[in-house]
Amino acid sequence: MIQTQRHIKKTMNLKTFDKGVHPSDHKELTANKAVRTAALPKTVIIPLLQHIGPPCQCLVKKGDIVTEGQMIGEGTSFISAPVHASISGKVKDIDAYPHPSGRKIPSVVIEGDGETREWKAVKGKVNLDNLAPDEIRQKVRDYGIVGMGGAAFPTSVKLTLPKGKTIDTVILNGCECEPYLTSDYRIMLESPEKVVWGLRALMKTSGASRGIIGIEENKLEAVHAIREAISGALDLEVMVLETKYPQGAEKMLIQAAIGRKVPTGALPLDVGVLVNNVGTAAAVYDVFFYDKPLIERIVTLSGDALESPDNLLVRVGTTFEDVINQCGGIKSECREVEVLNGGPMMGITQSMLSVPVIKGTSGITVLEASDIKKKSVEPCIRCASCVNVCPMGLMPYRLGDLGLMARADDFTSWSGMNCIECGCCSYVCPSRRPLLQWIRLGKLRVRQQPKQ
Amino acid sequence: MDKEKTKKADTDGSTEAKPTAEVKTSAKKAPAKTGAKIPVKKAPAKSAAEGDVKNAPAKTGGKAPVKKAPAKKAPAEADESASKLVISSSPHFQTTENIPRIMYTVVTALIPAMAVSVYLFGLRVLMLMAVCVVVCLVSEYAMQKARKKSVRVHDGSAAITGILLALMLPPGFPIYGAVLGSLFSIVIGKMLFGGLGYNIFNPALIGRAFLQATYPVLITTWVDPGAVINAVDAISAATPLAMMKFGGEATGLGALFFGNTAGSLGETSAIAILIGGLYLRYKGYINWKLPLGYLGSIAFFAAIFWIYDSSTYASPFFHVMAGGAMLGAWFMVTDMVTTPVTPCGQWIFAIGAGFLTIIIRLFGGLPEGVMYSILFMNAFVPLINRHTKPKVFGELKAKKT
Repeated sequence: MIQTQRHIKKTMNLKTFDKGVHPSDHKELTANKAVRTAALPKTVIIPLLQHIGPPCQCLVKKGDIVTEGQMIGEGTSFISAPVHASISGKVKDIDAYPHPSGRKIPSVVIEGDGETREWKAVKGKVNLDNLAPDEIRQKVRDYGIVGMGGAAFPTSVKLTLPKGKTIDTVILNGCECEPYLTSDYRIMLESPEKVVWGLRALMKTSGASRGIIGIEENKLEAVHAIREAISGALDLEVMVLETKYPQGAEKMLIQAAIGRKVPTGALPLDVGVLVNNVGTAAAVYDVFFYDKPLIERIVTLSGDALESPDNLLVRVGTTFEDVINQCGGIKSECREVEVLNGGPMMGITQSMLSVPVIKGTSGITVLEASDIKKKSVEPCIRCASCVNVCPMGLMPYRLGDLGLMARADDFTSWSGMNCIECGCCSYVCPSRRPLLQWIRLGKLRVRQQPKQ
Repeated sequence: MDKEKTKKADTDGSTEAKPTAEVKTSAKKAPAKTGAKIPVKKAPAKSAAEGDVKNAPAKTGGKAPVKKAPAKKAPAEADESASKLVISSSPHFQTTENIPRIMYTVVTALIPAMAVSVYLFGLRVLMLMAVCVVVCLVSEYAMQKARKKSVRVHDGSAAITGILLALMLPPGFPIYGAVLGSLFSIVIGKMLFGGLGYNIFNPALIGRAFLQATYPVLITTWVDPGAVINAVDAISAATPLAMMKFGGEATGLGALFFGNTAGSLGETSAIAILIGGLYLRYKGYINWKLPLGYLGSIAFFAAIFWIYDSSTYASPFFHVMAGGAMLGAWFMVTDMVTTPVTPCGQWIFAIGAGFLTIIIRLFGGLPEGVMYSILFMNAFVPLINRHTKPKVFGELKAKKT
């Protein structure tokens, strides 16, 4: 459905960033599937680290009885977000468990008692005018809100401006440029009012006067839904952007939407912009209207190796295995698959399915392992494809070589540390060179260098 | 994660190692706290028993050690086994583009030029082309075998070298010369540098330059189209550029356009080359900056002299269409391996080569300057790339390093 509206691109002057790639989006698999609530998991594994920053301090001990929504891990530093029990039950274990990032992270295992708590709407009308920015910020922090797009940066930290910085624009990221993923699309379609209210709350907290929701033109129905929810407000705007990867990358989105370029090494707030995911805005709504911490999220389960792709509302801590089974499991004819936390461009492959869904899991993509990757790497023929697509203006073919050869100084001087790891270079390479992998290696080598 | 994917740097440039470090594991090894199983109906017992963990060839660089998991489970429990989970680095999507496709598209694009040369100079040139291509392929294969590298002669790049070299030879050129030139192109010009992707100079041009030095007479012995070609008693004719240089006589543009002049096999017909070049552009395998910059710069510098003295110097149209300028512009300046990758660098390369071409044509000892101008600029490519890095996103002032 959303695919058939491609021709509109020609008639609309769509905004976008320079370079980038156009992978086929495969969103038709789940775009028209309404969000379905996943079965209540019997056991959840809740990592104490579900955000960027240090892990939380555990507040419970083995054998404790916890209730749904109870805080079980508290942040110890400024950049952190607490975690909450996503089901009621008994704490069965506290130990290091596999995490979708590939590491083992201290986690709380809760064995559910089968009870669910009903999250009732808060009594009385929630009025944004009656809420002070500090109050919003504190509540967003206490309720464990993090960026829902994948990176899981604590939202309250973003909302805390360093002295001397001001923000004039809040951009909500509804691009969802990763192929296969449709969780943001479904949020915008099914609860546009949550997104818009969340945007207003974020604007109020950051002091911004302008709100923009950037949506790629392959999601025009979401554009209509949000436009209706905005209902003519002058300070809010829906911006239709070209469907291009990585449109949803923070710096690319800011350039596309308002034409500002975030300087090298700087943050969006240095150009007066705050970028949040549409899912984050909806989560902020739930905090104020239902008094509900971030204990569940919408996860797109898709991929060519998945029996019946779907959008599920999943409790944080549910294992991948559990949710994949709720979508019919992996196709039996697919003997070798890649299970990704996220989409195919930036997702991380999982070595086991016992890893839990975390706050940043926007999708689980199950792909049949491609034969392409098994083929040997061909020599670089300087076709310049990678140079022509790198949205950061780098020279990936060279950086890949430098990373591989462990030439950390040269890697830095060729601006390798500016790589945003979007993967466009590896995507276009006709020689199948895993450029991004080598660039990551180069970055690692630079970080391991002793500081002078 | 990154450490797992570490691979040893292959200093000699060959990259035979696997692109992705794979850790294969069977899902049954997972703790499976929930007790749920991935429903897979018919799982071969073999794969159920194997829980192969292929470690990345991280520090060893050698072959991945294969650990066999204790095969405790009976084949009857095979239904518990899930699909193997493959670990690799993102992105997990890739284009379907590949080197052979690019190379064979170039070969296809050369068909019009080849066809016209057969039409103009007779069947003997087919023989010349076949010899060049076969010698290129065989010598590349032999070199790859000798250096114990993976054989990738089928990727089509050697075939292009052979065809291009043949197209730059005079129709009456002896076969043994063609064999020597092809050998030099591939062995010295390409394989000794490390093979495809590592050669500094365009192999076909290197071969042509070698022949120019070795057989200076034979390589400048031309015949008119349609003349009976026989290496022994060729009826000598002059190329348009030679006539211009040594006789001040300009050939008509129509003849240059359709190729009805003396000259190398595939260089005479501008239209045939143009068709091939535009096809390549349509396919997206060449960057328009390179041919346009090259031809534009030839025309520009030729025009300066032409305006200065139109009785001595030929018109820019003449210079663009005569000699090897067209073939060079569409098939050699656009060679990916030996030209810059940055947009700015591509302009510098193309304009510089065009400028040198005109300088050699007008003031050098040779009537034609395409070959040497491109070879000369080839040598500067690493330097050009280094100094024309594109602007990094968000960089406030272009820092030169």
